[in-house]
Amino acid sequence: MATMMRILIAKPGLDGHDRGAMVVAHALRDAGMEVIYTGIRQTPEQIVQTAIQEDVCAVGLSCLSGAHLRLFPRVVDLLKEKGVSDIIVFGGGIIPEEDAAALKRAGIAEIFGPGTMTSDIVVFLRNNVRSC
Amino acid sequence: MEKEIRSAKARWQQNAVKKARAKIGERKPSFATSSEIPIDILYTPEDIQDFDYIRDLGFPGEFPFTRGVQPTMYRSRLWTMRQYAGFGSAEESNERYRYLIAQGQTGLSVAFDLPTQIGYDSDHPMAEGEVGKVGVAVDSLDDMEILFKGISLETISTSMTINSTAAILLAMYIAVAEKEGIGRAALRGTIQNDILKEYVARGTYIFPPRPSLRIVTDIFSFCRREVPQWNTISVSGYHIREAGATAVQELAFTLADGIAYVQAAADIGLDVDEFAPRISFFFNAHNNLFEEVAKFRAARRMWSKIMRDRFKARDPRSLMLRFHTQTGGSTLTAQQADNNIARVTLQALAAVLGGTQSLHTNSRDEALCLPTEESVRIALRTQQIIAEESGVADVVDPLAGSYYLEWLTDRVEREADKYLRAIDEMGGVIKAIENGYIQREIQTSAYEFQKRVERREQIVVGLNQYTLESEPHCELLRVNPLIEEKQRARLKKLREKRNAQENARALDEVERAARGNDNLIPPIISAVRSYTTVGEICDRLRTVFGEYRPMTTM
Repeated sequence: MATMMRILIAKPGLDGHDRGAMVVAHALRDAGMEVIYTGIRQTPEQIVQTAIQEDVCAVGLSCLSGAHLRLFPRVVDLLKEKGVSDIIVFGGGIIPEEDAAALKRAGIAEIFGPGTMTSDIVVFLRNNVRSC
Repeated sequence: MEKEIRSAKARWQQNAVKKARAKIGERKPSFATSSEIPIDILYTPEDIQDFDYIRDLGFPGEFPFTRGVQPTMYRSRLWTMRQYAGFGSAEESNERYRYLIAQGQTGLSVAFDLPTQIGYDSDHPMAEGEVGKVGVAVDSLDDMEILFKGISLETISTSMTINSTAAILLAMYIAVAEKEGIGRAALRGTIQNDILKEYVARGTYIFPPRPSLRIVTDIFSFCRREVPQWNTISVSGYHIREAGATAVQELAFTLADGIAYVQAAADIGLDVDEFAPRISFFFNAHNNLFEEVAKFRAARRMWSKIMRDRFKARDPRSLMLRFHTQTGGSTLTAQQADNNIARVTLQALAAVLGGTQSLHTNSRDEALCLPTEESVRIALRTQQIIAEESGVADVVDPLAGSYYLEWLTDRVEREADKYLRAIDEMGGVIKAIENGYIQREIQTSAYEFQKRVERREQIVVGLNQYTLESEPHCELLRVNPLIEEKQRARLKKLREKRNAQENARALDEVERAARGNDNLIPPIISAVRSYTTVGEICDRLRTVFGEYRPMTTM
């Protein structure tokens, strides 16, 4: 039997809008994954620390305040600095198309904007997360 | 008469309806409102048998205020058109305000950035990336002076979306006015100051609930004496709804919060009729037109009864639920964003038919970014078209008497009442927040809604039906990325030039009041006058009150 996929859902920055993060967390859990939710107002440092401690295979970042360009790449960079290469980072929020492209260049595996079907995120994780 | 209608309806259902259904059926196996209230094919007098006109509706401006809070409503004065705005620096926001006023907007509504809302200065590490993003960055009185430059605080009414730092921003507003020679008594506006919903929905809390409530009641008692025209709180369902609540939950949890504030003020000995007239509300307007109108009417009826029966208020102004409405941000789609103009029109219409006192209409591009000037103008024009062209503002409460609407108003009230009783049984709303009940209710509704969208039981045009292969590209407004640096530089300069001794003394006074029972607002006003920053004042209060640690409901 395959081990359960462990996913961290995190809210970097000061944004308190966690509806999307919670809905995704519920949906991943219903899809048979193990989900840890950080709660709001996490620094990139705290998120990376939790990701390593909890030994997750992916980190989903949610930000609706417009601070994504600063905060998302910081998580990717910190993971690299810590020598972690097997945790993929994906994200969502109020993120314009051009920013999504920039985030992908910065190492975020995928950006899920408003209107995303949670089933698409499940499929994405099943296809992209290596065994963990 | 009723018997006649009943038998006629039965006959109609047996014959005509049965035949039609056999031929083409109905679009869905069952119909319900967005709060999952099942709805029938047709409503007749039979559905509102217990309806008592005088008891349930009365007249506008009279108890129970179901039909509106003023006798003449929009025939005398249209609702205040108040677009929520603010981004980047104080200069840029000031420019947007002047633009909106020039376009016919009649009130200001200030959006602050998250560091300002959570009590961090722009140079705090937690503020990184957030400065000027969702609103204007205000660190000190210096920023506030620029923000309102050239705007007459004597004539405009200003609403500020500010909660845990509301006392500080109100103090700054008073200080700016003072410098222009305008007395406190002349100031008109609103601070949101609704900390309870921050714990369940919006997330900009700093302190634990009890000291937070003390700040709220300090504001009540200060403004009662000093700023009598100020709306000291805007009890907000808006964010609860955006977080996923249904219309019924929005209504119930908002009124439950309102009850907690009135109780807290009564507990410290304030006379209900002295502060209750300054309480205002803030609701959301989503797409289900009749349910939204029913919600607004039920809200007024419920609040008047709560204030009369539970709190023994006698002043009619204490019994009136006055409210601001904003159209539903979460209903906007990033896909085919121009369709949002139609959604906003429907939602704004619901707010007007529901008797709102002021209205913000969202811009079409808000699922993507901050709205551009053009989008904001269309949103404002939408209100102006409803006001000037549709005719709905010419008759008070024009939908009253509709069998469906009156039935639904009753039903929404009853469903919301069930929640209020459940919360009372739990020991009040603070308990219901502390044990995570309200958060869980909201999250469940949010997830259920998402599942309905994914199963396509809930159609969202452009998203899960009538989609396009490629999306039209739209123009985006971007916040100047240099704003954070600039704001930090300004702050550094300010810290160098102000009188440090004066700041230290002012902060000590704030702390002394916080540790004791003296009203916090006067020492906060002194502090902001000497350019003490939002972050510095909050840090001092953090040492006294501590910080709130949320419980996780996942």
